[in-house]
Amino acid sequence: MRQELTLAGNRALLTRANPLSKFAAVVFMTVVLALSIDWVSASVALVCELLLFPLAGLTLTLLWQRGWPLILAAAVGGWSTSILAPDSGKTLLDVGIWSMSEGSLELGLGFMLRGLAIALPAVLLMSCTDPTDLADALAQKARLSHRFVLGTLAAMRLVGLMAEEWQTIGMARRARGVGSRGNPLQRLKATLGQSFGLLVQAIRRASRLAVTMEARGFGGGDRTWARESTYSRLDVWVLAGGALMAAAAVAAAMWAGTWSFVGG
Amino acid sequence: MPAAHDRPASAAVRPAAVTARGWGWRHAGRSRPAVRALDLDIRPGERVLLLGPSGAGKSTLLHALAGVLGDVNDDGEAGDSDESGSLLIDGASPRERRGRAGLMQQDPETQVVLSRVGDDVAFGAENLAVPRDEIWTRVHEALDDVGLAHLPLDHPTSALSGGQKQRLALAGILAMRPGLILLDEPTANLDPIGVLEVRDAVGRCLDKTGATLVVVEHRVSVWKDLVDRIVVLQPGSAADPAVLLDGPPDQVLAEARAMLIAAGVWVPGFVPATRNRTSSGTGDLLLAAEDLAVSRERPRRRRFKTVPPVPVQQDISAQVRAGQALTVTGPNGAGKSTFALTLAGLLAPVEGNVSATVDLSRGAGIDPCKWKAEQLIARIGTVFQEPEHQFVTGNVLDELMFGPRHVGHGEERVDELLERLRLTELVDANPYTLSGGEKRRLSVATVLAAHPQVLVLDEPTFGQDANTWAELASFLSELLDAGTAVVSVTHDAEFSAVLGGAELRLGTTEAVAP
Amino acid sequence: MSTAAIKKTGNTWRIVDIVVAALIAIAGGVIFWAWSQGAAAVSPPMNAVYPPLTGLIAGGWMIPAVLGMLVIRKPGAALFCETVAAMGELIMGSPYGASVLFSGFVQGLGAEIIFAVFVYKKFNLPVSLLAGAAAGLFCGLNDSFAPWGWNIAYAGGDKLAYIVFTAISGAVIAGALSWVATRGLARTGVLSSFASRKAATEPVFS
Repeated sequence: MRQELTLAGNRALLTRANPLSKFAAVVFMTVVLALSIDWVSASVALVCELLLFPLAGLTLTLLWQRGWPLILAAAVGGWSTSILAPDSGKTLLDVGIWSMSEGSLELGLGFMLRGLAIALPAVLLMSCTDPTDLADALAQKARLSHRFVLGTLAAMRLVGLMAEEWQTIGMARRARGVGSRGNPLQRLKATLGQSFGLLVQAIRRASRLAVTMEARGFGGGDRTWARESTYSRLDVWVLAGGALMAAAAVAAAMWAGTWSFVGG
Repeated sequence: MPAAHDRPASAAVRPAAVTARGWGWRHAGRSRPAVRALDLDIRPGERVLLLGPSGAGKSTLLHALAGVLGDVNDDGEAGDSDESGSLLIDGASPRERRGRAGLMQQDPETQVVLSRVGDDVAFGAENLAVPRDEIWTRVHEALDDVGLAHLPLDHPTSALSGGQKQRLALAGILAMRPGLILLDEPTANLDPIGVLEVRDAVGRCLDKTGATLVVVEHRVSVWKDLVDRIVVLQPGSAADPAVLLDGPPDQVLAEARAMLIAAGVWVPGFVPATRNRTSSGTGDLLLAAEDLAVSRERPRRRRFKTVPPVPVQQDISAQVRAGQALTVTGPNGAGKSTFALTLAGLLAPVEGNVSATVDLSRGAGIDPCKWKAEQLIARIGTVFQEPEHQFVTGNVLDELMFGPRHVGHGEERVDELLERLRLTELVDANPYTLSGGEKRRLSVATVLAAHPQVLVLDEPTFGQDANTWAELASFLSELLDAGTAVVSVTHDAEFSAVLGGAELRLGTTEAVAP
Repeated sequence: MSTAAIKKTGNTWRIVDIVVAALIAIAGGVIFWAWSQGAAAVSPPMNAVYPPLTGLIAGGWMIPAVLGMLVIRKPGAALFCETVAAMGELIMGSPYGASVLFSGFVQGLGAEIIFAVFVYKKFNLPVSLLAGAAAGLFCGLNDSFAPWGWNIAYAGGDKLAYIVFTAISGAVIAGALSWVATRGLARTGVLSSFASRKAATEPVFS
């Protein structure tokens, strides 16, 4: 989990683009890739995304550290699709409720690649976007209510603290005799108790934070912004890049004849 | 971001005046008012210390002055909050005077709003719609005033110490250019160095701006020389006025000394009477730490290797003996709490080991960290800094019975503990609803109910009033004489003096610096 | 101070509502993140046996929607909390990519509709269960029929099984658990500034 929500140290090119344009590009790609389950469009998109990683200041090591749960999840998704999709072609596996055929295996594989191709742009987006800048853009450019945007941003700052407090509460409860070991039921009970403890602290903290914010004049009418959220020429490139990658993925799949629309 | 750092000719701050006439406030869902019939005048530029027993409505008054009271949720039923009389800043309601008053509260974590130092200071000024260029001028000036000008504007606020966070909050308040500065126990959660940092920063800023100050604090000595007036409040009733005493610090402290001491206020030059230790013999060795390196983080796995975390402190050796006190001291960040938690079997050592002697382990094995939870609590009890972290049930009695039930014996001792720590009246109360002092006493009692031979306490006297302090110190000295070993992490020299025993001083380690 | 001005705050969000709602959503994320480490032991076997079974643990994701509304009691709370929770997941790194925002929105909408049907006046156990079930239902529908849904390629019967499981999970985990938690929170006094401060003494069924 990311404890540090600022991007201190990351000076890559994409950190300078406006979060909204990056966000729009990611959403566009996500929607286009979601329209088809086929391995060609997904693979093309994946390769393009990997090429972009240095621009976001990501290295392969970092990607591996942050990304392996995503790979695992995609693999699991591919597995479940390949055994549950309607069968077609030669049957490869048929044991009770499990059945896998050539058709469903191809579908599962395409699904796995598509899952990764959809997950990676979000990783890319968040590793080159500071939540503070995103909030600035959402409130100033997207014109969302600044009370909600900044209220949420301030609460998010406490996430690292919450994670730390989770650990402390766990130890504090062990010191009271609550075991986090034992059978699954005992562990579940212990986790629920720990969650409740965290929730109480979260609400206390949030209430105090709200008082702090209000005492600094927050929540009234108009406010000014110490930092202006701006668009630059880079944002045109970001949007064009997103569109281009989506188009390349679709075109490649069309050309290879693998494009299969999910609705059809 | 503008780099210009030109000081404006004069940061014109107009000090604010406060007037209360028969003012009262009842919180939603409460039957009794928090403040009743308050009459008070504070002239522009005055510096006032508010004292009084808990329940006198000091915090309520500060919140009201900050304009954050009364934005009440209304569910259309009886029992909502209620205001009477008038409370005015410069002749207008505080709610209509946004930005005239700035409030700092106790918990440093919630006094910071945003993740970058510069943004956080700018936040208040932005909300007051100050023009952009002017905001940055104010940010630089405010950071300078509180002594944080050396930090880059994009420095993460999470990396600051408690004292720095409070000074940052002060900078955020200053950037609003308020005529009234309100401090609600601003140093209660800080170590002695942090306390002085914040007090001195406040002093400098007041000297410069001439703003009016109202501060609530139990420890009078911290603020005595900085204020020119002390107001003592008392819990409101129909017969008594809300203001009990009002005047210059020395006069009020002389007149109300006995009353303030009874109310648990830390009056300068007064150390509460405590029980003296009677035995001083050397007890049996119970627990030993050898060449310990400690960290809160767990080892990480990377490419088939296990990478141990970077320790916050290393090469610690210590012995814990029956009937002896061990006090762990040192600056913030020296890993005192982490060491205590490791010693208490709650964290695994990074290097070295913690070993229990046969007298303590009684067949549970040598390493406390490997003991089952119910084995641990009957041998080593740990009292955390925040009592709420240790509450596991819905009422005080269950809370006390919890340990004995898990251990399988000792339920008969619960009544004695209830009596001894004055909790008998509260058996049915929800632990979270108790006062600060009650929570502290309960958390000590619950851990002792399991009858541990070693008691580990993390900053047990932090933020406690003088009464709870004296009770706690006396009680622990009694336990020590009865043969319990007491390990306490503390900044409180007077407290260690009562317990006696050895001191383990942890310094800052070079290894910590990245 | 005129009480008339104060009374108007009934349905508008105060700062404390916004910050507490957001932190409930985020703490929900932290709790679920911690829990998912335990769930990691449960999920692969479920997947290996019969993938739709994973729907049974889906309710954990919908806790913020129901809990947020039970605590805040203002229109939009379920939608807001669930969307913020999804945002939090996106920041931590989600296997669903940006589509998680839409899933969050849809799940929140499911719970929100139920509370809206009761004109934001009823927050008892049956309503909580219904809201949780609706959030689960919407989650199941989204996962099975939206183009980015993970179960889009399942056969029809498997989709139906999954949707039934998510609805049950939503009712039990998100609905019942949130209701119990709210009563517990009300007893601790931390809800004193919210309309839910009396939740612990409210009737269970009416």
